[in-house]
Amino acid sequence: MAGLMAGFGHFTHAVVRGVPASLAKEALRTNQLEVDPEKAQREHDAYVEVLRSKLGLEVVELPADETLPDCVFVEDAAVVCGDTALITRPGAESRRNETEAMKCALKELDLNIMEMADENATLDGGDVLFTGREFFVGLSKRTNQRGAEILADAFKDYAVSTVPVLEGLHLKSFCSMGGPGLIVIGSSEPAQKALKIMQQMSDHRYDKLTVPDDLAANCIYMNLPNKGHVLLHCTPEEFPESAKVFEKLKDHMLIPVSNMEKVKVDGALTCCSVLINKKANI
Amino acid sequence: MTTEAGSETEIKEKAEGSVAQPDQSEATEENQEVVNSESATTEGVEEKKEKEKEGKGISRFLPPWLKKQKSQGQVVPKETSPTKEVPSTQEEVGKVKEEEEEPAPELNGHAEEVEKIEEVKLEEFKEKEAESHSNASADTQPAKEEKIEENIEEIPEETKPAPEGEEQAEEHQQQQEEEKKEQAEEVEGQGEGGEEHPSIFQSPLRLVRKAKMKMVVCHVTLLDGTDFSCEVEKRAKGHYLFFKTCEHLNLLEKDYFGLTYKDSHEQRCWLDPTKEIKRQIRSNNWQFAFNVKFYPPDPSLLTEDLTRYLLCLQLREDVASGRLPCSFVTHALLGSYTLQAEFGDYEPDQPRPLDSISQLTFAPNQNKEMEEKILELHKSHRGLTPALADTQFLENAKKLSMYGVDLHHAKDSEGVDIMLGVCANGLLVYKDRLRINRFAWPKILKISYKRNNFYIKIRPGETEQFESTVGFKLPNHRSAKRLWKVCVENHSFFRLNTPEPPTKARFLTLGSKFRYSGRTQTQTRLASSLIDRPAPNFDRTSSKRISRSLDGAPVISITEAGRVSSPTSLTGAGNGREPTLELHSDSKDHDKTQEEVLKHQASISQLKRSFMEAPPPSPPQPNQWEKRLTSSPATTLRIQQQQGVSVTQTEATPADDANFSDTKELGKTTEVEIEETVVIQEVSKATKPAVVTVTASPSPAAPPQREVSEQEVKAAEEATLQEAKGGKQESVSSESESEEEAEYHPNVPSSISHTQIPEEKEEEEEEGEAEREQEEDKSIGNTVASQEAPLVPVEVSPSAEASSGEGEKSRTEGKEEGEGETEESTEDPMVTPDEAPNGHALPEEGITGLIALAEEEETPKVNGDASLAEAERRPQVICCSEPPVVKTEMVTISDTFAAQKTEIATKEVPIVHTETKTITYEAAQLDGSGDGEPGVLMTAQTITSESLCTTTTTHITKTLKGGLSETRIEKRIVITGDSDIDHDQALAQAIKEAKEQHPDMSVTRVVVHKETELAEEED
Repeated sequence: MAGLMAGFGHFTHAVVRGVPASLAKEALRTNQLEVDPEKAQREHDAYVEVLRSKLGLEVVELPADETLPDCVFVEDAAVVCGDTALITRPGAESRRNETEAMKCALKELDLNIMEMADENATLDGGDVLFTGREFFVGLSKRTNQRGAEILADAFKDYAVSTVPVLEGLHLKSFCSMGGPGLIVIGSSEPAQKALKIMQQMSDHRYDKLTVPDDLAANCIYMNLPNKGHVLLHCTPEEFPESAKVFEKLKDHMLIPVSNMEKVKVDGALTCCSVLINKKANI
Repeated sequence: MTTEAGSETEIKEKAEGSVAQPDQSEATEENQEVVNSESATTEGVEEKKEKEKEGKGISRFLPPWLKKQKSQGQVVPKETSPTKEVPSTQEEVGKVKEEEEEPAPELNGHAEEVEKIEEVKLEEFKEKEAESHSNASADTQPAKEEKIEENIEEIPEETKPAPEGEEQAEEHQQQQEEEKKEQAEEVEGQGEGGEEHPSIFQSPLRLVRKAKMKMVVCHVTLLDGTDFSCEVEKRAKGHYLFFKTCEHLNLLEKDYFGLTYKDSHEQRCWLDPTKEIKRQIRSNNWQFAFNVKFYPPDPSLLTEDLTRYLLCLQLREDVASGRLPCSFVTHALLGSYTLQAEFGDYEPDQPRPLDSISQLTFAPNQNKEMEEKILELHKSHRGLTPALADTQFLENAKKLSMYGVDLHHAKDSEGVDIMLGVCANGLLVYKDRLRINRFAWPKILKISYKRNNFYIKIRPGETEQFESTVGFKLPNHRSAKRLWKVCVENHSFFRLNTPEPPTKARFLTLGSKFRYSGRTQTQTRLASSLIDRPAPNFDRTSSKRISRSLDGAPVISITEAGRVSSPTSLTGAGNGREPTLELHSDSKDHDKTQEEVLKHQASISQLKRSFMEAPPPSPPQPNQWEKRLTSSPATTLRIQQQQGVSVTQTEATPADDANFSDTKELGKTTEVEIEETVVIQEVSKATKPAVVTVTASPSPAAPPQREVSEQEVKAAEEATLQEAKGGKQESVSSESESEEEAEYHPNVPSSISHTQIPEEKEEEEEEGEAEREQEEDKSIGNTVASQEAPLVPVEVSPSAEASSGEGEKSRTEGKEEGEGETEESTEDPMVTPDEAPNGHALPEEGITGLIALAEEEETPKVNGDASLAEAERRPQVICCSEPPVVKTEMVTISDTFAAQKTEIATKEVPIVHTETKTITYEAAQLDGSGDGEPGVLMTAQTITSESLCTTTTTHITKTLKGGLSETRIEKRIVITGDSDIDHDQALAQAIKEAKEQHPDMSVTRVVVHKETELAEEED
C-alpha cells in the first residue's frame, strides 16, 4: 500500500508497437535522412527484447499499422501515471489514429482511461516529462497549452508546469529522467535553458546529469525489483561522449540500446514504449 | 485539563496583555493618523481629526493618552499644542461626529464603487497638483482629499486599522444612534477602563457586573463544524477571541491557525489578532470561523495529534470542497483514512456501509465508484489507530501540488487571466491549471501593491545586475491588498526565523503597517517542542460534520456546496487566507534549491513568453480552480474596467524589468495610488555585486560632506543611517497621505538583526538598508524613492510635469512638516518633461546621489522615454546614503531640452545642511545593434586625485523584450571632492569616456545627483 507518489520508476508492463514498413518512407521527420527499414526493425526487436527478457516486463505488443507510419512511437499516444492513462491527441494529424489501438490496449490493462476530447488540444507524450513528483509539459510544435491543461486535469495530484520547447521536436528530445530526482539533460543552449525553467518552476530539487548530445539525454529509467536502478541509454557507437557520461552512473544497471535508425525519424528511446505499473500506487 | 493549567494561564495572561495594552498601540495609530493629517492637510481637517482622536482617547484610558501626547511632541513639535487642548468632553465627541457625518454618508453611497471614486478624485488631485505645484500649501488640499479617499477605501477593508475618524464615519453609516449610545457608555466606563478589561476576561463572574461594558457574543465555527460561542468585550482584539477559541479546543500549537470573518464583500478575511475585532468586521456580524492559516509543509513535525487532527479536518474540507484538487485515487485514499480515523476498523458486519459512507462528503464529485473504492481501501487500514490514520492522511495530502496554496485571481501585465498562488515556498503563477512561473521567497526582494496592482521585485539572477519588477493586476484594490497581506504573512511565517518587528511608532503613517504578528514556523516549532503535557483527549467523531455534509451535499455546484453548506469550508475560502505549502522536506533546503534554480535570468522573459505564446484564453470553464479561489471570482467586467488604468501602471512599473518591455502605455497618465510595499531583504551575499555607487557631493561640498558620503556608501555607521532615516521620514510625510505604503523587511533565515545588516552589507546593501529603514522607521522618503519609484509607471505619462511637480512639492512639504522648516521646491518641473516621474519617482532620485549614465542598446523603444534606464537605476539607488537633512533637487532633462541641460540653480535652503541636486539627462531611445554581455559587473574602479575621487561602477544588463535583445549598461560614477572641482567637466569627461568605451551604444540617460554641503544657517 504505497502512498501517493511512491515508487517512481516501478513498472510491470510495457506497451510497444511493431514497426510498419511505411516508417522508412513516410514517417514524419525533421531531417531528411534515409532509414534502413530492416535495421530499424532489428533495433526495435532488440529494444523489445531488453524490456521483455532482460528486465522481465510484461510486454504488450501492438501490431504495426501500415497506414500509421509513426505508430511505433507509442509514447506519444498516451501518458500513463499511476493507474490513470491519458489518451493524447497527437499534434501531427497523421498520427491521430494511433491512439485507437493504444486506448484498447490500456483498457485491457484496466487503467482509468481519460481522453482528450477538445478539438483544440494537442499533446504528444514525448512532450511530457514526469519526474515522480510533478509533470513538465513542453509546449512544442506538437503540444499546445490546451493539451497541457487537459493533462493537468487528468493528473490533479501533480503540479503541471509548462516549458517552451524552442528547438527539437519534443521536450524529451533533449531530456529525460535518469533516476529519482535526476534529470538527464542535453548540453545545448535550448536544453539548458529548458532545464533552468524547469528548476525554477519546481518546488523540488533536481539533480542534473548533462550529456554532450541532446539526443542522448533521452533514456529510460526504471526501478525494478531485484534489479534496482535500471537505465536504458544510448550506445557508445551512436554517442560516444554521452555514453561515457552514463557509464559514470555507478548505481545504475546500465543497458545501452541502439537507436541509430529510429532516431532518423526523431524517435528516441522513450518514444517506443509506454511503461505501466500495474500494481500501481493503490 | 489540570495539567494545562499552566499553559492556560499563559494564554490568559497574554490575552490580558493584549487587551490591557491596546491603548498604547491604538494611541500610536491615532498618533500616526494625526500626524498624517497634520502633515499635509489643511487646518480644518487637522483640527477635526485632532479633536476626534482626543475625544476618543479620553473616552479610553489615560495612559495611552499620555503616551500619544508624548510621542507627538517628539516627532511633530508643532502639533503638540492642539493635542493639549483636547480635553475631550462628550460634547466634543458629538460635535466631531456631526462633522464626520457629512463625508460619511457620501462615502457610504459610493461604497461599492470606491475605486472609481478614488480615481476621479485622484484626477482632481492631480489637476490641483499641477496647478499649484510650486505652492506647497496648495498641495495640502489634494492630500487631504486623498486621505479621505483612503478612508473610504478602508471602510470596506476590515483589516485596516481604522483611525478614530474612520471608525466613526463608518459607524455612522451603519447606525448613528447606536454609536452615540456607545460613546456615552464609553465615557462612563472611561475611568475604570484600564483595569477592567483584564479582569473581565479572567473572571467571567464579573461579567455580570460589567454588563454595561458592552459584551458581544462571537460565534466561531470550528473545523468540525460545531459552533463555539464566546462572549467578548466589544473592544476586544482579535487575540482574545482567538485565544479563547484555542483554549476551547485545548490547542497549544495554535500558530498554524487563525480566525476568519466575512467582510462586507463576502470575502473571507483573516482576523488580525492585534486589532480590535469590531474594527475589522465592519458590521455587526460577529461570525467567525476557525481555520488553518499556515499549512505546515511537514505535518509529521507537529507535536500533538490534536493539531494534526485539526489540520486533517481543514484538509478534508479543502478536499471535499474542491479547493484542494486531487485525483480519483487520491480522493479515495484520503477518504479511506478519514473513515479509519473516525470510525476505526472496517466492520464487515455493518449492514450497508455504502449508505453511511455516502452521507459523508469526500470529494466534490463523489460517486458510488469512489465510495466503493474508499471502502475497499478502508478495509486495508485495519489496525491503524486514529492518530496514525490522520498521519497517513496528512502524509498524502501534503504531497498534493496545491496543498497550502492560496489562490488569487489576477491578470498578468498583458491582461491574461492568471492565478497567483501563495504558499510556503513563494509565489506561484498559474494560467488555467498550468503552472507558468514561480517566484520563490528568496527570489523576491519586495512585495508591494498599489491600487489594484500587485508587484513583486525579483532578485537579479546570477547573470543579471538589476532587479526586475513583475506586476499583476488584481480585480480591485481590496484583493490586491489581501494578496499582499497573505504574502507578507506567509513570507514571515515560513521564511523568517522571527517575525518582523512590529512597525515602530510611526508618525507619518503611510498606509498599512500590517505585519505578521504571530510566531514564525521556526518559533512555533521550537515552542511545540517544549510542550509538556499528556496528549489531550479529544473526540474525533465527525458526526457533526457528516450531518452538515448531508445538508449541503445535494447542492448544485460543488463550489457552492462547499461554501454554503459548511461553515468550515467557508473558513477555508477566506480571501485573506494564507496558504503555506511545501511538499516535502525542509523548507530551508528548498530555499537553497530555489536559490540555485532561480539564478538564471530566463525566468522573466520566459514568463512573458509563456503569456504571449499562450493561446487565447479558452472559454472560462468552472473548474476546481474556480472552486479553490479564496476570493470570489472577480467579474470580468470589473477587471476590464480597471485594466485600462492599471495596465498602464503595470507596464510602466516594469520599466525596471525586461518583462514589461512594451512602451505602448507611454502616453498614459499615472495617478496617485495607494501602495503597500514589502521589502524583503535577503542578506545573502550573492547580492552584493549590486549597486550602489553613491554619489558624493561635488560642488560646494566641503570635507564634511565627503565624510558623509563615505559613510553612506559604506553604511558602516549605523548612527548615520539612522539619522538619515529620521530625516527621511519626516521629509516625506506629505506623501504618506497620498499613498498608502507599508514596508516590511523580513530578515533572512539567518536572522540578522537590522542593525547588523548595515555592517554586513556593503554598498550593494545600501539599498536594502534604505528599504529596511523605510520599513522599520517608516521613513517615507526612502520608501518613496526606492520602492515606489519602480512601481510607478509614471515616467512616460503626459502629465509628467504635473506629477513631478507634485512629487516635488510633497517632498518639500514633507521636509517642512518634518523639520519644521520651510523650503521652496527647487525643482523646475518644466525641465523634466520626459521623465516626469510622478511624485514617487522624484523623491527617489532626489534622495539618491549619483551620476548614472545609462547606455542602452535598444530596439523597440517607443519613445524617447528613459523609463527603462531609470528603472534599472532605481533599484540601485541608495536612499539611505542621504544625510539626515538634505535638500534634494531633481532635474530631468529630456533630449529635447538637452541644450538647456545644465544648471538649474538650486535655491539655498537655510535649514538644510546638505544640498542634493539631481539632474537627469534622457535621450530618445535609439536602436542598438550589438549584444552585450549578459549582465555582468564590468568594472568598479576608483580613481583618486587630490580633490577628486571618482568611483565608477558599471552594470551591464541584457534583457529580452518581446524577442528583442536589449543591452543596457549603467555606470555609476561618484565624484567626490570639494567645491574646487569642476563638476561639469568631470561629468562631461565621464560621459565622454562612456561613449568611447561603447561606441556602438547610445547614452540614453544621465542622472546627476549633487549633494552639497551648505553652510549651516539654521540650528
